[in-house]
Formats: sequence, C-alpha cells, structure tokens
Amino acid sequence: MYRYDSYDQKIVDERVAQFRDQTRRYLAGELTDDEFRPLRLQNGLYIQRHAPMLRVAVPYGLLSSTQVRTLAHIARTHDKGYAHITTRQNVQFNWPELKVVPEILAELAKVEMHAIQTSGACIRNITSDPFAGVAGDEYIDPRPWCEVLRQWSTFHPEFAFLPRKFKIAVNGATQDRAVIQCHDIGLELKRDAAGEIGFRVLVGGGMGRTPIIGAEITDFVPWQHIITYCEAILRVYNRYGRRDNLYKARIKILVKALGIAEFKRQVEEEWAFGKGGPNTLTEAEVARVATHFTTPAYETQPADDAAYASQRAANPAFAAWARRNVLAHKVPGYAVVVLSLKDPSRAPGDITDAQLDLVAEWADAYSFGEVRATHEQNLVLADVKQSDLFAVWEKARAAGLATPTFGLLTDMICCPGGDFCALANAKSIPIANAIQARFDDLDYLYDIGELELNISGCMNSCGHHHVGHIGILGVDKNGSEWYQVSLGGSQGNDTSIGKVIGRSFAAAEMPDVITNIIDVYRAQRLEGERFIETVRRIGLDPFKIGVYGDAAIIERKQHA
Amino acid sequence: MPKLIKNGSVIDDAAQILVLDETQAPEALSLPEGQVFVPLAVWQAHKGVLSDNKAVGVWLESHESVDDLAEDLDSLSAVALNFPKFTDGRAYSGAALLRTRYGFKGEIRAIGDVLRDQFFFMQRCGFDVIQPKTGKYSDAQLEEALASLKDFSTPYQAAVDQPEPLFRRARRAA
Ligand code: HEM
Ligand code: SF4
Repeated sequence: MYRYDSYDQKIVDERVAQFRDQTRRYLAGELTDDEFRPLRLQNGLYIQRHAPMLRVAVPYGLLSSTQVRTLAHIARTHDKGYAHITTRQNVQFNWPELKVVPEILAELAKVEMHAIQTSGACIRNITSDPFAGVAGDEYIDPRPWCEVLRQWSTFHPEFAFLPRKFKIAVNGATQDRAVIQCHDIGLELKRDAAGEIGFRVLVGGGMGRTPIIGAEITDFVPWQHIITYCEAILRVYNRYGRRDNLYKARIKILVKALGIAEFKRQVEEEWAFGKGGPNTLTEAEVARVATHFTTPAYETQPADDAAYASQRAANPAFAAWARRNVLAHKVPGYAVVVLSLKDPSRAPGDITDAQLDLVAEWADAYSFGEVRATHEQNLVLADVKQSDLFAVWEKARAAGLATPTFGLLTDMICCPGGDFCALANAKSIPIANAIQARFDDLDYLYDIGELELNISGCMNSCGHHHVGHIGILGVDKNGSEWYQVSLGGSQGNDTSIGKVIGRSFAAAEMPDVITNIIDVYRAQRLEGERFIETVRRIGLDPFKIGVYGDAAIIERKQHA
Repeated sequence: MPKLIKNGSVIDDAAQILVLDETQAPEALSLPEGQVFVPLAVWQAHKGVLSDNKAVGVWLESHESVDDLAEDLDSLSAVALNFPKFTDGRAYSGAALLRTRYGFKGEIRAIGDVLRDQFFFMQRCGFDVIQPKTGKYSDAQLEEALASLKDFSTPYQAAVDQPEPLFRRARRAA
C-alpha cells in the first residue's frame, strides 16, 4: 500500500498543527460556531447527539496493521471502546471530546492517517473496489489512480468551498464494486483500442433526497489528462452549481438542469484551457505511485489445498463460512476473507477496540499486514493462504467476526440513525438488529440467497437505501418514527433506484414486513433467480399484495 | 487607517469599496476621492471615463463572472472579488481564472467575509491582497493571522502561486 514520503508526512503534520490552533481559537472564543463549523467538518468532525463524531479517512479503504492498532488505541482511550466502518470505507468514532481531537489527529499522523476532507463541501475520500489487486475480474488496478487523485484533491485551494460535498470513486474490474454510478464523479478504468489506459467518466450520480444515477460525460479520457479533466468538471461546478438551496446544491442538480450534453460542452470548453497544462500526469509520477501497489510475495501454493478441502468436509460451520465469506483470489491457493461486522449483537459496521487489535494481529500473521474496509461495512483480509483459512476462521469466530452471511439479507448496510445522528427521523440500528434476529436461521438465509438490504434513518441516505434490493427509510410522522420500504434498487453494474411500495410501517411491524416480502419472493422465484431479478421480472404488485393484502392494491387500481 | 494584507505583510490601505444601495442607479456616477473599487454595473456603465483612472478598480459579487471583465483587464490595475460568505467559494475560481486564463497581473483583492483560515487558499488562487472586514481582526490579530498564509509549506497540486504540481517540482522517492 501507499507509504508516505517526507512530503506527505509534512502535509499531514502541518494539518495537525493547523487544526490544533483552530480548535484553540474556537475554544478561546476567537472563532464563532459558524466560522468553526466548516473547518471542523473538513476535518471530519460533526457535532452529534452525544458528542462530536470524528470521521477518519481511509483512502480507498486500505489499512495497514499498524494503522488498525492505532484505531484500536483511539477507540479505547478516546472513545467508548468501538469504532464504526462507513459506507465510504472510512472509520468513525462516535464519542471523542472536541478538545482531545487535535491529540487524536496527532496520533493518527504518526501512522500516516488523517481526517482531511472526510466531511464538508469539498472533495471527499476517494473510494474504490475493496478487492482491488486481488479480484479475478480486475483488468486495471485502481489503487495507484486513487492515490494520485487523493494527492491532487488534498487541500485543493480552488475547491475547498464547493456548493456541496463532492465524492469520487474509481473502479477497474468487470464488476463495479465501487458504486461509481452513485458518485459525483465515477471513474471506470478502461483501455482504448490501442491498449492505452484511460477512464470512462460518469458525473452527477448521488443519493440524498434526490437519488440520481450518474450520466456518462465522456467514454474515454486518456490517463495523462484525468486530473485536468476532473478540474474542468469541478471548476464548472464550483462556478455554476446552486448555492441558494442546500438540497439543490449537489452537482447532480446542475447536470440535470443543464442536461448532460450542455454540461459536457461547458466542461470541455473549460478543459480546452487546462488540458496539457502542468497538472497533466507524467509516466514517472504514475510509476512512482504504482510501485507502492506491487503484488506481495505470494508463495507457490496448490490451487486447491487438500487440508482446506477436508476441513470443510469435516466441519459444516467452517464450510458455511467458507462458502459465504471466502472469495476467489486471482493467485492460486490464496483467498479473500471477509470479516463480518454484522454480528446481530452489535450495530452493523461497528467493531470494538479488542476486535481491531485482533484483526491487526491476523493481518500480520496471514495477510501481509494489510486490511481493507468495504462499502458494505465489513473488513477484508485480502491475501490469505487457503491452508490458513481454518485458523483464521477459528480465531474470527471466537472474536465474533465470522458471521457467515456475506452478501445475504442480514449483511445489511445501515447508517447510525437516531441513536447517534442529530439529523435522523428514526433509529436504524434497532431495525437492523430486529431483522437480523428474525432471520437468524442460516439455512433459511442461504435459501433466500443474495440480497442487499440497506437502511437509512433519514432522506440523507447515508445507508444507501435507494440502491438496496430492499431499502428501508426512516420517516417522521407527527413526531414518531416510521419506516418506508422500497424494492428494486441495486448498486453495481446495473444500478437502479428502488421504488417505494406504499404506506410506511411502525418499527415493530418491520420484521413481519420483510418476512412477507421474502415469502413472495420464495413463492414466485424461478430456479436460480436472485431476489432482485424476481422483483425486476414480476414488478412490485405481488409484493404489495404480500405486504398490504389484496385490498390495498385493488383500491389503488380503482383510483388510477 | 484600515489595514490589510498585501503580498504577505500587513499594510495600511485607504481604498474604498463603493456599494450601491437600492436608490442608487449605476448610471449616476459620483466617485469618492482616492482609490476606489466600483461595482461591475458602474464599471460597465462608465468604462469610457473610468478606464483612464488608475485609482479605480472593479469589484465583483460572487455570482458575477470574471469573464465579463476579460476585455477590460488591460485598463484595470485592480480587481476585487467579494466573498458574501466565506463558504461561498466561487471567487477562488474567479481569481484563478483572472491569473491563468486572462493573464491579469494587477492586484486581485479578496473582500467581504474574509477569514484567516482561508488565507492560504486565497493566496494559492492568486489573491495578492487580502482584506478582512473592518473590525474583524484587531491589528495584533491581523499580524498573528499572517501565520495562516503559511499553513502548508509544500502543497501537492499546481495552483497560481505554484504553477507546477509537487510531482513536477520535487524528485520523490518511490
Ligand atoms: C452520524 C453522523 C452523520 C451525519 C450527520 C451525516 C450527514 C449526512 C448528510 C447531511 C448527507 C446528505 C448530503 C447530501 O445529500 O448532500 C449524508 C449523505 C451520506 N452519508 Fe452521512 N452522515 C452521518 C453518518 C454517516 C455514516 C456513518 C455513513 C456511512 C455508514 C455515512 C455515509 C453517507 C453517504 C454514503 C451519503 C450519501 C452520499 C450521496 O448522497 O451520494 N454518513 N450524510
Ligand atoms: S441517513 Fe440520516 S439518520 Fe442516517 S446517518 Fe445519515 S443523516 Fe443521520
């Protein structure tokens, strides 16, 4: 992974000093709340229900074991013993005290970490495929490009006060695992006919209250020009994005208002000036960054380890975990392990300090000292030998990190919701836990198969409910908490926005509602058909009947 | 006399920013003595007479475009860009465009809600004069605030103050 040189380190150290002084001036009354707010946000600091929440950047989800140990230490000493993995591969602490935040940042800086631009109206953490470098379907490793873009966007002086936040994701595999269609800029690595690397660029995707799928602005920008191209997009957005209404300030609204053709015309007119300028990437720079992402020293292993096969045969629980949470690796004899953060006794995505320390230990012992954070709020050991899988499983199981449900209904994405978040309409964690409790039978879950269930506590959509096969959204009705359900959303290659099925439900109804939806699926599915495919084939009506009964549908039809 | 920051030091400055209220039409021109920045509308209405007067600069509101000054820059020695709120970042692009696209060599002044925690970004985008609101900082605080110009010593990306990105400026070891 990328290691800082003296320049990177200096920038992060100077940031710590800057923020320390800003915090001091705020606490001394020299900075008003309004003046301090964007400063702390650009350092990932929200003021929440209970305390500030600190979001630490994990560039494109990559962590070293040393960094994981530091996160454990912070969780232990400055928080209540846990941390939270976010959908953008970052780490959040829910309880730090403002006055110790500079101290936390200083500790992070010692292990090449920071909280720069993890929030605020600026270019945020660049996210990517959590299986970058190890996935069989990868054709170009996105990580060096993410790092190049990270450096370019860090303290970019022109784009620190955009109309609204700005998120970039990069994918370089056949399957999109970076959700590029739901980002302000989504970059898909590709090669042109001559074999040259470049990017297909999507723009104007996003969740929030107006979910929009990104539109293609160009089908190929040669790699040398990706920074100048992004700068052109950002400059047009910075100058013409709406600033009069917070809810209409994202780039997606500008792209929609202008139309993609006109937006593209403006961007390319701007780009004509920047193209070929000093920000044009050089082969030397890309090569320098890429040397940080070379393949680790894999050993020659049999493609199918005999002991691994017999361990699975002998131990059904291990076999179940191996089937769900162990994924194919491009190198024979190696595997990718998903460490599940979806133990039903914890909030989805939460991990304790002790667990973090263990993960660091396993990373060192079994996976070249690296860990990844995923968009689905799990952790990954990306380079485990098949012959080590049993040992990893035993340890992970003992630590509560081996829930064998990766990609299934209970492996849900869930925002912090009303338990932590001041913006929430409703709690989301108890709903997640109630659904996990209802669907605790593994055979039943396996029978249901792949299913993405996403929960957000309000329209800001931090839990990506719009693109969940099943989406749950907390809504406020006369001061009490209700939940709206949508079906048919999807992320990845065939991204779609889910449709609401009807009136919302009380918290206590939610497990039954999900059961009813699943019953309809199981009754209607064709052989081998995944949940999302069934929804797409039969439409919403059978599900509405399953959930609300015939009467609701007939009544609606008569009104139509 | 009000103080501001010019090229990294605190100096006295007497320039006035002419703001029209609702009753004043840009067509009616009455200029105060000394250096003055007039609104874009006033400039456009009186370009002919004003362009010989080196004491006159133009100031733009954040929604006004520097492109509209492109033809006039040869006759201007100073342009001020207003930050109605410090979170309105349009003037950063405006200043960068004036310097890079239009090659403007005169003064570019940041006015309005100008706070020390943004000085560094302003300077990088080509502002050479930074003018916090009168009374925002005491003289001592303004001196102290000069430190913010140096928040970061070696930025990554190219900008007006440093037209080469780090990867072209430095030989970085892999
Ligand atoms: C608890 C404190 C949090 C607050 C106050 C908060 C606030 C917000 C707000 C206001 C938005 C809407 C922005 C917009 O539409 O322009 C948003 C979107 C989002 N947040 Fe959060 N959030 C919080 C926690 C989280 C967490 C824990 C995650 C990850 C699990 C997360 C991930 C996201 C994502 C992915 C989006 C959607 C981005 C998009 O619209 O494309 N947030 N958040
Ligand atoms: S979706 Fe709403 S409730 Fe959930 S974290 Fe985001 S802002 Fe808070």
